[in-house]
This record gives sequence, structure tokens and C-alpha cells, in this order.
Amino acid sequence: MNVSDAQTRIAEVVKNNDIVLFMKGTALFPQCGFSSRAIAILDHLGATYETVDVLQDPEIRAGIKEFSNWPTIPQLYVKGEFVGGSDIMMEMFESGELQQLVGANA
Amino acid sequence: MPMAASDIERLIRESIPDAEVTIRDLAGDGDHYSARVVAKSFEGLSRIRQHQAVYAALGGRVGGELHALQLETAVPHGE
Repeated sequence: MNVSDAQTRIAEVVKNNDIVLFMKGTALFPQCGFSSRAIAILDHLGATYETVDVLQDPEIRAGIKEFSNWPTIPQLYVKGEFVGGSDIMMEMFESGELQQLVGANA
Repeated sequence: MPMAASDIERLIRESIPDAEVTIRDLAGDGDHYSARVVAKSFEGLSRIRQHQAVYAALGGRVGGELHALQLETAVPHGE
């Protein structure tokens, strides 16, 4: 496994998508409660987003934890910036910050 | 291998001495916890940095042996 290659691929995905969620499963079929919660929040906000299913790619699954020094999945990126995992998404949703962040891209 | 709530609390306090830690065992199985960590030393740190401080305190267990940790961090009010 080429570690730097995974980092390059992740950086490309983050750069090329305004809103992207690295998750377990797909938007239609999330494979973990935390990923499911992240999708529910994004859908509730009416955001247009891409998803990357880390279960389909072990290099991405391992690499994304290094990429932002963040040990868990899901991870949300907006306009190239790491926003957080599902707990931070929920906090920001409740405070209205997330709506502002993703709404600006809608 | 499940972790005891007291171990999670101890590890966080060792690394963030001023932290007030509240752990809840969500499913009663020693594997799904929520933690609320309130610390003055979080002041001025972004949410991401606050969470990273807690993950660092738990020394790589989160996402591994500690599968599900719902985390909330805050700075104490009324300083």
C-alpha cells in the first residue's frame, strides 16, 4: 500500500468537491450510526454533497485518519477545509453554523 | 475489548488536568460511550482542536478498541 498515494487521492477529492463526506456506506445505505447521522444532517439542510465510501477502499479508509489527524469516520470537508465528525456536525447544526457553512455553497 | 468508563475518564484527566469529565455508557455494553469534557484550557481552541486533544489523551484508542465515543467539548461558563 502506497501511503502517499492515498493522501494525494484524498487531497484531490477534497479539492474537487465543495462538500464531501467520507463515510461508511453510501448516502442511501449508511453502514454505521455515525455516518447515518451525518447524512441525515446534510439532507435536512438540503445540501448538495458528494460521498466517499471508505469501506470500498482500505487505503482511503486508513489514509483519511492521517489526512486530518482524526481517528474516526465520518469526516466532513467543506471548500477544502476539514469541518469535523458527526458530533461536531450535530453541534454546528444545532447552533445554525452548519447551515451557514453549507448553505453558502447550495 | 471494551473499556471501562473509569479508564476513559482517568486517561482524559491525566492529559487534560483541568477537565471536568462526564461519561455515559449509552448501550450498557462498555463499548458505546458519550463523553462531555469541559476544560478551561480549551479556551481559544477550535472544536476540532478540542476534540483532537481528547483523542490524543485516549492515545489512539478511539476508532480502535474504543469503537464508539460520542464526544462533546466545551469551555466552562461564567469565568
